[in-house]
Amino acid sequence: MDKVINDFSIIVGTKNGSGSSTANNTILRAIFKMGIPVSGKNLFPSNIQGLPTWYTIRANKDGFLARREEQEIVIAMNPDSFARDLASVAPGGAFYYADDIKQPITRADIAVYPMPVKQIVRADQSIPNDFRDLVGNMVYVGVLAHMINIEVDKIEAALNFHFKGKQKPITMNMNMVRAGVEWAQANLEKKDAFVLEPMKKTDGLIMADGNTAAAIGSIFGGAQFVSWYPITPASSLAEAVNDYMPMLRKREDGKLTYAVVQAEDELAAIGMAVGAGWSGLRAMTSTSGPGLSLMTEFAGLAYYAEVPIVVWDVQRIGPSTGLPTRTSQADLTFVYNIGHGDSQAIILLPGNVNECFELGWKAFDIAERLQTPVFVLSDLDMGMNQWMSEPFAYPDKPMDRGKVLWEKDLEELKGNWGRYLDKDGDGIPYRTVPGNKHPASSYFTRGTGHDEYARYTEDSSVFLHNMERLKTKFESAKQYLPRPVTYMTEGAKIGIIAYGSTEAAINEARVQLERDHDMPTSYLRVRAVPFTAEVDEFVRAHDQIGVVEMNRDGQLHQLLSLAYPEAATKLRSVAYGDGMPASARWVREGLLATIARTVKADPAVEEMQPTVSLGAAEEDAVTEGAK
Amino acid sequence: MSQLPMAGAPANVNLVGLAKNDYRGNPTTLCAGCGHNSISNQIIAAMYELNVLPENVLKFSGIGCSSKSPTYFMNRSFGFNSLHGRMPSIATGGLFGDHTLKGIAVSGDGDTASIGMGQFKHIMRRNVNMVYIVENNGVYGLTKGQFSATAEHGLHLKKQGTNAFMPIDICMEAVISNATFIARSFAGNAKQVKELIKAAYAHQGLAVLDIISPCVTFNNNEDSHYSYPWGKEHEAPLHDITYIPPRNEILLEEELKEGEVREVTLHDGSVIVLKNLEKSHDPTNRFEALRVLEEGQRNNWLATGLIYISTDKPTLSDTYNLVDTPLNRLQEADLRPAPEMIDKINDLMF
Repeated sequence: MDKVINDFSIIVGTKNGSGSSTANNTILRAIFKMGIPVSGKNLFPSNIQGLPTWYTIRANKDGFLARREEQEIVIAMNPDSFARDLASVAPGGAFYYADDIKQPITRADIAVYPMPVKQIVRADQSIPNDFRDLVGNMVYVGVLAHMINIEVDKIEAALNFHFKGKQKPITMNMNMVRAGVEWAQANLEKKDAFVLEPMKKTDGLIMADGNTAAAIGSIFGGAQFVSWYPITPASSLAEAVNDYMPMLRKREDGKLTYAVVQAEDELAAIGMAVGAGWSGLRAMTSTSGPGLSLMTEFAGLAYYAEVPIVVWDVQRIGPSTGLPTRTSQADLTFVYNIGHGDSQAIILLPGNVNECFELGWKAFDIAERLQTPVFVLSDLDMGMNQWMSEPFAYPDKPMDRGKVLWEKDLEELKGNWGRYLDKDGDGIPYRTVPGNKHPASSYFTRGTGHDEYARYTEDSSVFLHNMERLKTKFESAKQYLPRPVTYMTEGAKIGIIAYGSTEAAINEARVQLERDHDMPTSYLRVRAVPFTAEVDEFVRAHDQIGVVEMNRDGQLHQLLSLAYPEAATKLRSVAYGDGMPASARWVREGLLATIARTVKADPAVEEMQPTVSLGAAEEDAVTEGAK
Repeated sequence: MSQLPMAGAPANVNLVGLAKNDYRGNPTTLCAGCGHNSISNQIIAAMYELNVLPENVLKFSGIGCSSKSPTYFMNRSFGFNSLHGRMPSIATGGLFGDHTLKGIAVSGDGDTASIGMGQFKHIMRRNVNMVYIVENNGVYGLTKGQFSATAEHGLHLKKQGTNAFMPIDICMEAVISNATFIARSFAGNAKQVKELIKAAYAHQGLAVLDIISPCVTFNNNEDSHYSYPWGKEHEAPLHDITYIPPRNEILLEEELKEGEVREVTLHDGSVIVLKNLEKSHDPTNRFEALRVLEEGQRNNWLATGLIYISTDKPTLSDTYNLVDTPLNRLQEADLRPAPEMIDKINDLMF
C-alpha cells in the first residue's frame, strides 16, 4: 500500500464536557511542532455536558487548511455518535474506537482499530478515579501517535504548553500517552495508508486563536476601557484582555491604566464603552449577533453624537439564538445599516488571526481619527479555533488620537471652537474630553438635533447641514481604512471577492479551479467597508465576479451591488450558510455553478447563459461546456 | 452657613472665584411651575455654595422632561444627554475617563424605574461616584401624561383612567440594591433639597436622591402623591438636615445649639448634621431605612430626608485601583507596551 503522507483529515467524536479538548489540542499542536501545516476546528454543541461534539484536524503538506467534508481518520469515543462516525470514514480510511462501545462494525472498506481505553486507564493505579475519564482521552492520542507517527516529544511539548509547565498533570497525561503508544505497538497492525512525516513548514509561525489575537492587538493599540457581556463566541476575547493586560501594562506602582468591566447586559456594555469613548478613552466592547442587536440604539447615538468606540462582533449563525456555537458571516448588512435614521458604520474585516491582531490596534486609531463607532467583524471559526499564523508584528506607526483639543490648544484658539464645526473641510470636527479645565472646553453631548456648537436645535437646515457633513466624514474615512488584499492571476477574467475566514477555502479552491477546471481566477479580500478604490478597480477589471460568503442572502454581494450598480450584473453571489466553516468544495462548486462559462465569442450570448444551480451533475455539465 | 468669607474677595463670588451666574445653564424650556426647575436652581445654589469648579462636574441624563434639565444648570460642565433608561451606563464609562471628576445625573421616574430599572440597579451595585437625582412625578410628561411605574395604585388621571398597579418605591429599590446614600425630598422644600444635594455631592459613591417633583401639567391632582398640595401636606421630614463642608467644621458648635443632633461624617471629612424631629431615625442602619419607608407606605406619608448612608464602601474607581493620572491624560508610552513585548507575546503563543 502506498503511503499517504501529510495530507489527510482526522475527526474525533466525543461527548462534550468529557475533557477531550486537551487531547485534541495536543494532537494539533504536536503536528504543528513537527513542522507540518495543520488546522484544528472544534465543532461543538451549545451545551456543557453530554452532547456529541467533534474536533477536526487537517494536516496538509501544501498548506491547505480549510475544513474538508471528508475525513480519512475517525476516532469514535462517543456511543451516541458511533454509527454516524463510522459512516463518515472515507473509503480506505481508518476507524479507531473505544472498545467498550458495543455496536456493530458495518464497514469492510476501512481499517478498524478497537482501543481498550478503559482497561489501559485502569491499569495505571496512580490515576485517581475522578481523573480516569479525563486522561482516558490521552490513550487515543498515544494510539494515534504510534499509528500515524506523531512524535512523542512533540506531544510532551504540547502538554507542557497546555499545562503551563505544571509537572503533575503533564506526567499523568504523558503516562497515558505512553501507555497508548505501547499498547498500539504490541497489538495493532497498520492497515491504512495515512502517516505523518516531519517537515519544516511551520518554522517561525505561531499558533493562536483570533479572539486572543484581537485582545492582544487591542492592548497594543492602547485599549483603556473594555466593557462586555458574556456571549459565545465572543467571551474569550474580553477574557483574553483580562489575561494579558496585567503582563502587558504592568506598572511598578501596581496601579491600573485600564479597566475591564463585565456589564449587566449588552446595552450597558456598549453604553459604558460610549461613555468612556466620549471621555477620551480608547474604549471597546465585544459581542456576537444577539448582543449586537441590543447595542444598536447606542451605535446610532455614537454615530450621531460622534463618539469613538470599537465593537468586535465575533459572528455566529442566526437569526435569533440560531446555532450559537457555529460560524457565520451573516451580520454584515446588519452592521452596515446599524441604527435607525440615516446612520452609517465603519466596518473592518480581518481575514486571519494575524489581522485580528493588526486590526485590533488599528481600529482605535480609525475610531479616534473619525470619532465614530468602528465595528470589527470576525467569526466563530476565526475567533475560537487555533490557526497557524505569522507572528504578531509590533505596530508600525504611533497612535493616532485624532482631533482632540486640550487646555493649551483652547488657549491658542482663545476658547473659540465648535464641537461639530467642520474646520478642516474633511467632515471631521474637533472634540474636547472631560477633565479639560479650560472654561470654554465643555460642550453638551446629545442624540437630539444639534448645531455646530453642540447647541440643541430643531432647525431643518441645520439638521440637514450636519447630516451632510457626516456623509462627508464617511467619504474622508476611506483614506484611513485598511486596503483590500489582492491575489491577481495574469489574464484571469473571473474574479472572486470575499472577506474574513473563508480565505483558506478560497485559496485551495482557486488552485483546484485552475488545475482541474481550466478556470484561473483573481481574488480580492475586502478588509473594510465603505469600500476603497481598489475594490472598484477590481470589479471593473473582471468580466464576472463570484462573491463568496457564509450566509444565505449574499450580504457582501448586496453591498457591492449597491456600491457599484453599473457592475451589478457581473457580480454573482456564492453564498452558503450552514454554520460550518467554509470548505474548498463548496467554494469551488459554488463558483462553477454560478459563473457562466462559455467559449467567449459573442458577449450577447454570454449574457444569456442561465445560472446553474449547485450540484455535481451540473458541475460536470458546466465543465464540459467550458472545454 | 456654608461659606467662610475670604479677605479681599468680592462678596458675590465664592472661594473658587466664581459668581452664581457661572453655575447657571440655559433658560429652561420646561413648563412654568415645574418642580424640575426648582431642583435645577438648588443644584446651582449648592454647587456655588460648595465652591465646586464646574469643570470638575460631569452632567448625565437619559431621556424625558427631567433629562432635559442638565442643560438648565452649569453650562461650564461637560454634559451627556444619552438614551432613555441608559444614563447609568454612559455615566459609568464616562467617569472612568477622569476619576477626579464627579457625576451629577438627572433622571426621571420613567427613565429610572421603568425602562432604566436594570441600569439603575447596577450603577448602585457598582457604587459609581455620582449624585443620581430622580425627578419623580409619577407620570410621563414628554409623551403627554401616561402613568409611570412610580404612580400610586388607584391614581386617577383624566385621559389614562385609574392606575391598577402598585408603585415602585425608588428609595426602597435603592436600599435593597445596597446604594450607599439614599435620600428623598420634595421639590417644594427648597432648603432640604439643597442641603441633600450638597451632602450627596460630598458623598464618595453613588448617592440616590428621589425628589418628588410635581408635574404641573399632567399630574397635579390634589390627591396624588406627586402634587404640590399633597406633598406639602404629607411630607414627613425625618430630620432637619444641614450639610457642613469640611473647612467649616468649626462652625458646628455655634450653629446647632439645641435639639437632639446626630452627625454623620462623610468620606472627605465633611459632616451632615441631622436634627431629629419626632422620629429618631438612624441613617446608618439599613434595616431602619427599610422600616421607615414601609411605615411611610402604610401611613400614606412621604418620609423625606437622609434615609440611609454608608461611608465605608469603595467607589468604582477605588475598586479598579486606577493610576493617579486621569486615564484620559495617559500618553502612548503609558498605553502601548514596549516593542520588546511583542516577542514575548509571540513566544507565549504555541
